[in-house]
Amino acid sequence: MAPVIPRSGDAAFANVERVNAELFTLTYGAIVRQLLTDLEEVEEVNKQLDQMGYNIGVRLIDEFLAKSNISRCVDFKETAEVIAKVGFKMFLGVTATVTNWDAEGTSCSLVLSENPLVGFVELPDTCHGLYYCNILCGVIRGALEMVSMKTEVTWVRDMLHGDDAYEMRVKLIKQVPEEYPYKDDE
Amino acid sequence: MQFFGGSAAIGITPSPAAPPGTATSLSGNNANMLYIFNRNGVCLLYREWHRPLRTLDAQQDQKLMFGLLFSLRSFTAKMDPTSVDKGNLGVPLLPGQGCSYHSFQTNTYKLSFMESPSGIKLILVTHPKTGDLRDSLRYMYNLYVEYVVKNPIYVPGSAIKLNKGQLHQFHVQSYGKSVIKERLVNILVQMQLS
Repeated sequence: MAPVIPRSGDAAFANVERVNAELFTLTYGAIVRQLLTDLEEVEEVNKQLDQMGYNIGVRLIDEFLAKSNISRCVDFKETAEVIAKVGFKMFLGVTATVTNWDAEGTSCSLVLSENPLVGFVELPDTCHGLYYCNILCGVIRGALEMVSMKTEVTWVRDMLHGDDAYEMRVKLIKQVPEEYPYKDDE
Repeated sequence: MQFFGGSAAIGITPSPAAPPGTATSLSGNNANMLYIFNRNGVCLLYREWHRPLRTLDAQQDQKLMFGLLFSLRSFTAKMDPTSVDKGNLGVPLLPGQGCSYHSFQTNTYKLSFMESPSGIKLILVTHPKTGDLRDSLRYMYNLYVEYVVKNPIYVPGSAIKLNKGQLHQFHVQSYGKSVIKERLVNILVQMQLS
């Protein structure tokens, strides 16, 4: 049973249940809008979105592993490729490009050409510091943590702020080895 | 969703005769125990169908099982003749590092094992002549995803609860090899109702 790592998420995307894209976009918009009302501070909303994403990622990783038939990645480079090509395709229907590797190979950028979350969105002047899609950062952070990679994910470029693309920076902090979970004297 | 399409045929391999008292008939009770662990060694689910001898309390037993799997992985990785770089025995491995085993057999039982990169371990103890169960384990992992992970009430890392009525119906006596799978499906399907 030699698992062949799929180079694209098309197969998995074809097999999963999908929802209407507009419904998805508008629901997400409604969530962000509600958070802005509830929390008032833009910074707090960013944090909350990241936390929500994290909670999603922690669960989503198992679905990803089960449906994509990916068993292991050799290194972080491959991991990034798999997220960009398979992960994004499977859950959002788009793909990302991996670029801007640093010399150590521990941080890279994921560039999205399309972003299904931002349809119909214009940020008002009051929301300058808002990372509207911060939930995606949380998802990636949560999912990678479950496969023992501590990461930091931040937005670098955001078309809603007038940039020319959506770019996330993923930085690998460390890989956590598997520890024996019980103490001896228990 | 794909159902068990893989080879579930029972491979009859020459092996020492099981001592009297063990389940010997292939058409009889095939599954002995099922464990699901997460990375932190928490037993998310334990079910048993045929386990006449019990010497430890449940918690000790689960710890022992987890310890066995954990150490065995470290041993198998250390003994791997094909791998160039190997750490010292006992040094923690990164997930996915080193090789991994998928089953071992004794003269009285067979233990089939699957671990996902996210650290979920599925263990099925069956009759020693049971065939390759990797597809079944993979399928169970899919069920776990569908009915446990996607259940919004389920708190990740907590034990999966089955209510009493559901537990009861798994004690039905006669089951053949295909029934193992169905029963596992049942268990997992009903987790969401608890």
